[in-house]
Amino acid sequence: MTPLLEIRGLRVEVDGKEILKGVDLTVNAGEVHAIMGPNGSGKSTLAYIMTGRAGYAATSGTVLFKGKDLLEMAPEERAAEGVFLAFQYPVEIPGVPNNTFLKEALNAVRRYRGEDELDALQFVKMMRVKIKELGIKDDMLKRPVNVGFSGGEKKRNEILQMAVLEPALAILDETDSGLDIDALKAVAEGVNALRSAERGMLMITHYQRLLDYIVPDKVHVLAHGQIVRTGGSELAHELEAKGYAEFTEAAA
Amino acid sequence: MTINTETVKTVDAVGGEYRYGFVSDIESDMAPKGLSEDIVRFISAKKNEPEWLLAWRLKAYRYWLDQPEPVWGKLKFSAIDYQNSYYYSAPKSMADGPKSLDEVDPELLRTYEKLGIPLKEQEFLAGVAVDAVFDSVSVATTFKHKLEEVGVIFCPISEAIQRCPELVQKYLGSVVPYTDNKHATLNSAVFTDGSFVYVPPGVKCPMELSTYFRINARNTGQFERTLIIADTGSYVSYLEGCTAPQRDENQLHAAVVELIALDDAEIKYSTVQNWYPGDADGKGGIYNFVTKRGACRGRNSKISWTQVETGSAITWKYPSCILQGENSVGEFYSIAITNNHQQADTGTKMIHLGRNTRSRIISKGISAGHGNQTYRGLVRVGPKAHGARNHTQCDSLLIGGECGAHTVPYIGSQNRSAIVEHEATTSKISDDQLFYCRQRGISEEDAVALVVNGFCREVMQQLPMEFAVEAQKLVSISLEGSVG
Repeated sequence: MTPLLEIRGLRVEVDGKEILKGVDLTVNAGEVHAIMGPNGSGKSTLAYIMTGRAGYAATSGTVLFKGKDLLEMAPEERAAEGVFLAFQYPVEIPGVPNNTFLKEALNAVRRYRGEDELDALQFVKMMRVKIKELGIKDDMLKRPVNVGFSGGEKKRNEILQMAVLEPALAILDETDSGLDIDALKAVAEGVNALRSAERGMLMITHYQRLLDYIVPDKVHVLAHGQIVRTGGSELAHELEAKGYAEFTEAAA
Repeated sequence: MTINTETVKTVDAVGGEYRYGFVSDIESDMAPKGLSEDIVRFISAKKNEPEWLLAWRLKAYRYWLDQPEPVWGKLKFSAIDYQNSYYYSAPKSMADGPKSLDEVDPELLRTYEKLGIPLKEQEFLAGVAVDAVFDSVSVATTFKHKLEEVGVIFCPISEAIQRCPELVQKYLGSVVPYTDNKHATLNSAVFTDGSFVYVPPGVKCPMELSTYFRINARNTGQFERTLIIADTGSYVSYLEGCTAPQRDENQLHAAVVELIALDDAEIKYSTVQNWYPGDADGKGGIYNFVTKRGACRGRNSKISWTQVETGSAITWKYPSCILQGENSVGEFYSIAITNNHQQADTGTKMIHLGRNTRSRIISKGISAGHGNQTYRGLVRVGPKAHGARNHTQCDSLLIGGECGAHTVPYIGSQNRSAIVEHEATTSKISDDQLFYCRQRGISEEDAVALVVNGFCREVMQQLPMEFAVEAQKLVSISLEGSVG
């Protein structure tokens, strides 16, 4: 079976500086992987190279998504193929209601996939179900995208977008950062609800605490641009106890 | 200036009888090139106008000769050669138009399609010779009956001059005098047509004068003259222009619009301007020099201007309100987009004369490509305008690194009780915003359109519903090619 995501020998430069120095990673459908590592190890770079952010250049290696070369695609094509990034810092778009944004995104993705676009009524019906499932208040849909949202609201809004777009691969970049414990739980519940046999998830996190609520199948440690260790969820606890010193020193 | 002898000869050659001391052939479809007193007389004769109007046109023409061009706009263009233009030509006959949409510029059709304009209307807009019995025409006739029932007069101004000369004479030039500025003066001398609206006391105009206008928008000409009078306690909403791109062989456009609101009357005037902006290198394109002004003459009267300016190579336009009546309200909502090499110097004037007059200005400027634009606004409070209030919000959005946005507010208050506020912001569409949208599957161009429409939302909401949807699409079309 073709893996959902297959990264081989990936090297990435940002501003002429090599950040990822040969990353190998395989994620199968149904699996949840966590990428942990100290600050500056290249965790976010991995998220951005996969989603096509400008300024991130792969110098060698491959990233295959369902067997297709992801690096060849425009960011919106990757999204339509089913790659979703929950941003560490969700962006504000003043004047654009959340609803409008979501409908625009969903229909763009549906068009790409050759599916019929949802009309206003169908969309509203679908949204009613989604926000109920996630316990999100109706007024969040009417407010402009992320404008004036609290930290917790922003992250929950990311999860809502994920629930609407139903990606095959969800990358969660530091989704726990800036959240108090209640908000963290709420977000984790949302993510867990979206776990499925068809969907892979890649959680990027500095701390272990998110992994208490979203238990991963595999944990990878990224340090100095390489995956230096892979293990089960128990590895996260080990890291929490010992810190990253071992890895930063080893590679230095 | 001496009378252009060539003109006289040409007109002589056409033959015909003397009228108002001037030789002309009223049957002729076109006045010769150039501008002279003869041409002014020709136009007036052609329209079978009363003496007072000819006299007024001539006064304007003579005044125009010595008027300097207004130079305060932040606009660059070469001097206008007034003698190299035609000032009168009869509407082209349907027979000259394309026979079907197959003969129409595909680029134009592509835009119509994007705007979602129905096929029949596309044919009309593109000037295709359509059957005499054609939906919109009968729709127009139905509208006309409905308006007549409530006593609203809505017709070409040339018709109004014949039908209700006393109203025209009373109000024409009463808000924008022929001495106002060189462009308005020229319009006064040579205007060929435009719209006239009179809403009688207590009447709420039963429909937006928009759909009707759109299907009658053809051949409005380069010197359009519009006069709208809302009598005591009446209301009218008027929409000018069209989201569909309009081409015109005449480069110079100088329209004048005058609005008069009496006691408790309200006029809402919306414009969507999409004249040909020139090509991507800045060649061609319309010069749009417009004078629009409304007078809130009565107590509690209100005039609201909303404009979406996406077309023209040069836009020079300041829809204004003179707030004479006690408690009167003036509003100006504007979206101006300049892309490629377009230039716009636009804004408003709010002149507070009466007590407790209020005004609100919201201006949204978007610059892309090498576009350059200036918001220029004047808020003046006279000595008797106790309790006057103004709030101005002026936001500019830049796309790319080659464009420019400038804000030039003039504020003058002669009354200590007045409160005048001005807020301004300048921002850029950020790469973060675009990437965020694209990561959700939205293409880069659609992302720009989404962000820009969000930026303009407050103003869009002022437009009549049916046009708001088209205007949003127009925003995205206007910005095509501005990124990437």
